[in-house]
Amino acid sequence: MLSPKVQNLFDEPGCDKNQAKDEKARKKGCSKPLTPGAAAGGCAFDGAKIVLQPITDVAHLVHAPLACEGNSWDNRGAASSGPMLWRTSFTTDLTELDVVMGQGERKLYKAIREIVEEHAPPAVFVYETCVTALIGDDLDAVCRHATDKFGVPVIPVHAAGFVGSKNLGNKLAGEALLDHVIGTHEPDDVGPYDINILGEFNLAGEFWMVKPLLDELGIRIRACIPGDARYLDVASAHTARATMMVCSTALINLARKMEERWGIPFFEGSFYGVADTSDALRQIAKLLVARGADAELIDRTETLIAREEAIAWARLEAFRPRLEGKRVLLNTGGVKSWSIASALMEIGIEIVGTSTKKSTDEDKARIKQLLEDEHKMFEGMAPRDLYALLERHDADIMLSGGRTQFIALKARMPWLDINQERHHPYAGYDGMVELVRQIDIAIHNPVFVEVNEPSPFDADGTVIGEKVIGLSRRSAVAAEPPLPVPPPPGGRGLVGMGSSQSFGRADVGGFSGFGAGSPTAGAPSSSPPSRGRDREGGVGLSADGELATHTHKKFAASGAGDADDC
Amino acid sequence: MAHVLHSEKAASTNPLKSSQPLGAAFAFLGVDGCVPLFHGSQGCTSFALVLFVRHFKETIPLQTTAMDEVATIMGGADHLEEAILNLKSRTKPKLIGVCTTALVETRGEDFAGDLAMIKARRAEVLAGTEVVLAATPDFNGSIEEGWSKAVVSMIDGITSRVSPRRNPRRIAVLPGFDMTVADIEEIRETIEAFGLEPTILPDVSGALDGTVPGKWIPTTYGGTSVEDIRSLGEAVHCLAIGENQRAAAEKLAEVADVPYTLFSTLTGLKPYDRFVTALSEISGRPVPAKLRRQRSQLADALLDGHFHFGGKKIAIAAEPDHLYRLATFFAALGAEVTTAVTTTSGSAILRKVPVDEVHVGDLGLFEKLAGGADLLVTHSHGRQASEHLGIPLFRVGFPIFDRLGAQHRCHVGYRGTRDLIFDVANVFQSNLHEPTPEGLNPFARRESDHDSRPSPEPRRH
Repeated sequence: MLSPKVQNLFDEPGCDKNQAKDEKARKKGCSKPLTPGAAAGGCAFDGAKIVLQPITDVAHLVHAPLACEGNSWDNRGAASSGPMLWRTSFTTDLTELDVVMGQGERKLYKAIREIVEEHAPPAVFVYETCVTALIGDDLDAVCRHATDKFGVPVIPVHAAGFVGSKNLGNKLAGEALLDHVIGTHEPDDVGPYDINILGEFNLAGEFWMVKPLLDELGIRIRACIPGDARYLDVASAHTARATMMVCSTALINLARKMEERWGIPFFEGSFYGVADTSDALRQIAKLLVARGADAELIDRTETLIAREEAIAWARLEAFRPRLEGKRVLLNTGGVKSWSIASALMEIGIEIVGTSTKKSTDEDKARIKQLLEDEHKMFEGMAPRDLYALLERHDADIMLSGGRTQFIALKARMPWLDINQERHHPYAGYDGMVELVRQIDIAIHNPVFVEVNEPSPFDADGTVIGEKVIGLSRRSAVAAEPPLPVPPPPGGRGLVGMGSSQSFGRADVGGFSGFGAGSPTAGAPSSSPPSRGRDREGGVGLSADGELATHTHKKFAASGAGDADDC
Repeated sequence: MAHVLHSEKAASTNPLKSSQPLGAAFAFLGVDGCVPLFHGSQGCTSFALVLFVRHFKETIPLQTTAMDEVATIMGGADHLEEAILNLKSRTKPKLIGVCTTALVETRGEDFAGDLAMIKARRAEVLAGTEVVLAATPDFNGSIEEGWSKAVVSMIDGITSRVSPRRNPRRIAVLPGFDMTVADIEEIRETIEAFGLEPTILPDVSGALDGTVPGKWIPTTYGGTSVEDIRSLGEAVHCLAIGENQRAAAEKLAEVADVPYTLFSTLTGLKPYDRFVTALSEISGRPVPAKLRRQRSQLADALLDGHFHFGGKKIAIAAEPDHLYRLATFFAALGAEVTTAVTTTSGSAILRKVPVDEVHVGDLGLFEKLAGGADLLVTHSHGRQASEHLGIPLFRVGFPIFDRLGAQHRCHVGYRGTRDLIFDVANVFQSNLHEPTPEGLNPFARRESDHDSRPSPEPRRH
């Protein structure tokens, strides 16, 4: 049942890369086959969840044993302006007994009922996974039955992990929306300024930095899939006039099929970077006018663009003195690569490299044009090589996703998250300024100076850095006045100064002048400080209690070690 | 004796547990030069990896056999072999810990047999790398079971059956997953104070303590060495911490005749007294003064701290051993554990938890039961319940992904228990209500069924 659907997805007229392949290659699908022992990407289920989970008012139920949902829930950075049901994790948590006794379907049905009764959602999405696909649970039948019985749409999502990569899962999620959701609701307020936005996830709420621009232009977002989405909006998406596709690799199939089925033209654009944001607005206006909106929209759009760009560039210019000449390494997917690169270059930042692993050919051509040096483009870099590059300090900061975060940090190199786990919003004009601001903060954080300085102690613990007291053994012996009271016999040397070498221990309670000239200095380290009474600060006192220096007095007075015997 | 109650619900809401394979991988990560390998589809590994990274803020070496539909039907032995060989050539690990997932276990294959064949066939290539197998399908159990199976598999597969002789100073220590890096360091320090040499298996304090090495390392770096696992039979005694570790202790006894003593918890005055006494017996040495002083500090902390605990209502959601450890800690300070939720029902320790009822369930159930408590105690996923109920959350266990430094908080031993008392007491102190006329009006209080307190405003934690 899945195979024809997946095969169908491998033939995508909307994708240049796909059409450039011959028939045989196309049948094999988009991803390279995985290498056991050398892969660690997400699965199709992961991809489907990524696309659908941000739909805020839907109950997302995972039909699986524990791990699929249990190990991965509540890790999305998407934001909601209202309903929070999407953040609740539901799973059938199949046990061995369920699997062996074939009770999966019944448990699923029961689970759906529990959720509908308790939460009354506008819809329930049910996700298939490897085990439930393997044992042949009939998801479609259960969902159909549940929809009839409970009067709530229950949507099956066929994206079991083992059918493919995360990207395939993205597309299968799109298919699920096409098959079961879009077109099932007729809104009563259709207008000529309605658009859809596909592949916008509202990470860290960043779409809310763009929406006001569209609001000002009178452009209404019929459905943003999936950022801050509501089920009924998605179900009404077929009534929009135009679609903007933000991430093509994820949802090209959805955009193209909506065009085929409902005549909704689409374009690919991005809200990352100044030029891109303007371009996206222009394209939206153009398409809407082509579909019947009043042509004055275009003028109004240009006015807004001019105004916002001026503000954005002025704010960005302010960063030029601090960031000009800084070298940035971009290690991230597709769309973000060239649009962010161009914006950064505008204020004098140098791009020393960018990953093109997920870029389309068109993206790659643009990048090449921008960077003028092919060698700066790389498909993907192994962690080891990335580490080496960063360790050599061939860049001042890396912008990438969380997976490569620690490569940068272990190389003691500034790093900024620009992927889905980030906490800062970077979309739109204000988002670009925010990105540059965050780059500035990261690059200039003084911790990087501190951690990049070598340790003053070598691997054996020998002090190799600048001395603090500036004493050598000989000069110390000569410099100090002789002590009136020698330490007691039995090797009660200096607290914390077991070895004669560690003259750098001036921090230990002001002992700096004490004992450097004592008879025990230079002798092999004495037995460890005896416990109990002789705690830190409780220095060996001779029987008559004569104290050598004021330090002695201070510690003796504190009563350390005298009252308590534990 | 606590009753263990099961939920009849079909939908688990906001799961409490993490999966068995993750628990096994967790244990393997405490071994030096190790790469844990999940036998299943790549998503299983990816999810566990991301969760580990969120918790430890470290790169985590974890790999997959990348099973697809076809391989699942046809049999995964080829993928398993390829993965092992690839790992060997790319990362040169000293140990590969194979963990099965529900997918391959549902298909059902003779993994042990397949692995034995692979090891025999590729003996030359795999020389210098141990490969062990833990059967950990995620349709059973949770972290604790997986952890236990991994440790048992290491002792079974690596520990030499022939011990040259006993080393009277060497002891084996088997901690649970809920011991942090700082906890392990504390235990080690205590043991070494008696002149004993502990081999801690697994030892996350060496592997997951978060350091900045000078070069790129693709396996774990630090932790129990495979050599030490091999020679574990030289230990004169084994200390198992947590009921979950009994199976591994039994295995060590079976393999190398090492006697063991089990400690259900090391948090608390009496529990640590037991531990310290055992060490004194094994080493023949008196308890060092430093430890005695720490004990006295703990006694002092108990006295200073009890004001904040007496009569407080605590809701805890944790794995069985961890639940026992936390519940006994709170009970010893006069608090009442009013809600206890755990992940699985199999453990013998559950009956000993000082509550009337232990529920096997999820955080959705926890949220329903915990209303009226003064404190929620569970991992980071309890944050939604904390927000909804307006009750502060004290984060413990795994995963803790929205706070830093969880690995370096010590809550075992005299010092750790002392610090735990302070940490929890301070949460109470930072959430004190100012008295209000409405809140204290005896007539208003009489009408309501609930506890007499002003209605809490939702707090951010």
